[in-house]
Amino acid sequence: MAQPVLAKETVDQPEAAWTPDRPIVEITDVHKAFGPVEVLKGVSLDVMKGDVVCIIGPSGSGKSTLLRCINALVDIQKGSIRVEGQEVHVPKLDKLALRKKVGMVFQQYNLFPHKTALDNVMMAPLKVLKQDRRDVEGRARELLAKVRLTGKEASYPGELSGGQQQRVAIARSLAMGPDVMLFDEVTAALDPETVKEVLVTIRQLAEEGMTCMLVTHEMGFAREIADHIYFTDHGRIVEHGPPAEFFQNAQDPRTKEFLSQIL
Amino acid sequence: MDGIEAWFLDLYHTTGINLTIVYDAFDRERFLRGLLNTVVLSVICLVFSVIIGILGAWLLGARQAIPRRFVQAYVQFFRNTPPLVQMYFFFFALGPLFMTTVERQVGQMVFVSETPLLTSFHWAVISLSFFAGAFNVEIFRSGIEAVPRSTIEAAEALGMSRWQIYLDVILPLAFRICLPALNNNLVNLVKTTTLAYAIAVPELLYMSNQIWSDSVNVPEMMTVLLFVYVGLVAILVFAMQRWERAMKLPGFGT
Repeated sequence: MAQPVLAKETVDQPEAAWTPDRPIVEITDVHKAFGPVEVLKGVSLDVMKGDVVCIIGPSGSGKSTLLRCINALVDIQKGSIRVEGQEVHVPKLDKLALRKKVGMVFQQYNLFPHKTALDNVMMAPLKVLKQDRRDVEGRARELLAKVRLTGKEASYPGELSGGQQQRVAIARSLAMGPDVMLFDEVTAALDPETVKEVLVTIRQLAEEGMTCMLVTHEMGFAREIADHIYFTDHGRIVEHGPPAEFFQNAQDPRTKEFLSQIL
Repeated sequence: MDGIEAWFLDLYHTTGINLTIVYDAFDRERFLRGLLNTVVLSVICLVFSVIIGILGAWLLGARQAIPRRFVQAYVQFFRNTPPLVQMYFFFFALGPLFMTTVERQVGQMVFVSETPLLTSFHWAVISLSFFAGAFNVEIFRSGIEAVPRSTIEAAEALGMSRWQIYLDVILPLAFRICLPALNNNLVNLVKTTTLAYAIAVPELLYMSNQIWSDSVNVPEMMTVLLFVYVGLVAILVFAMQRWERAMKLPGFGT
């Protein structure tokens, strides 16, 4: 990093000098409405580097929207989101820089159907980062091995099971070398058998120290993996805490009701 | 070759079926020239109409209203008017606007005359390309709109730019989705090239007309024409189907 650039950033945006002792994702009083429908009504939460945060709550409570706000797939009306100190919702956002830092995995995998598993993983480093093809291919093969898909490199998404597709999607996100991974109900479209293989992959990532934010309905998994759990309802965070505390003595009646239905 | 010619000449003498295009060198040459012109006209219009279609569909997705409106107006105009009227319009209304002067020297005298800048063949290419292109715009648009929003979102989340997404994700998928509809339109285009007859482009129908006027073998030439077009379109359909199969993705669009 050239010295003058750093100096300029520090003058323009003092928050740019992010250090790991500050939250890697800092969400402050975020409001979001789709037309007249308010889906987020003042959400605040902080995620520290290496944390695994699970967001749970009933459908339509704004969980997925919150994740999409973090990597600027949707904009917000009010509040602030900072990733590594950089404000996300500014007019002159460097989207590329943000999306290098934040990887996202979706419920419906959303792989590129016209590309093989290997090409799916290679796409972004090749096209976006313009890295050398041989390096990219080597790393893509390593990533596919990491998600236990060695041998499936040449398969098209249509030839893979849901669980396999989702693991390719995880490898594809990791190929950009993100600092934070967002998982948006990544097991919701899978059958119970294949849920496990995806969760194993996520756990492995979490154990390696990757900062993860998961929107999930897998309570058992959330309890086991999360450092912190947030419960959202009607666009607000109703209750949060470490899993042991959260699951054993939830205070809020809505949390209690939700947990009683699920557990 | 002589044997075949003799056989067809004999066929004419014994049955009255007069296929001059086989045994008469002059008619054969005219017929082949017509066939060649039809093939060339078809291929050129095919290429231009696909380019117009891709460009138009791309402009329809523009953020500014002016290019969008322009393409919409173009599509409406060319979709809602008969192709023969379009061809007449291009040739007879626009043609005279594009004239050039030619100087010819004969002895000491210089003759200056006005001649059209573009030939009827050129106007047929322009007219048919815009005609088929209007349909192609709609066909490509339908393909682009059928690409799932979520796939595009995933590409955005990977940091791909709008242009990269269009080129590497949307177009390859849209193309596969709209290929059957595109096939239909291109088949139609090949058949519509016969309209160039009306502005005296020496294509297959025009040349056949010349032949049957001279040789008075109208039913024979009509039959030949039908079979030749069946063959031409069959080749196109065969090629497009091969292409469709080669582009087919396992588990996609089924």
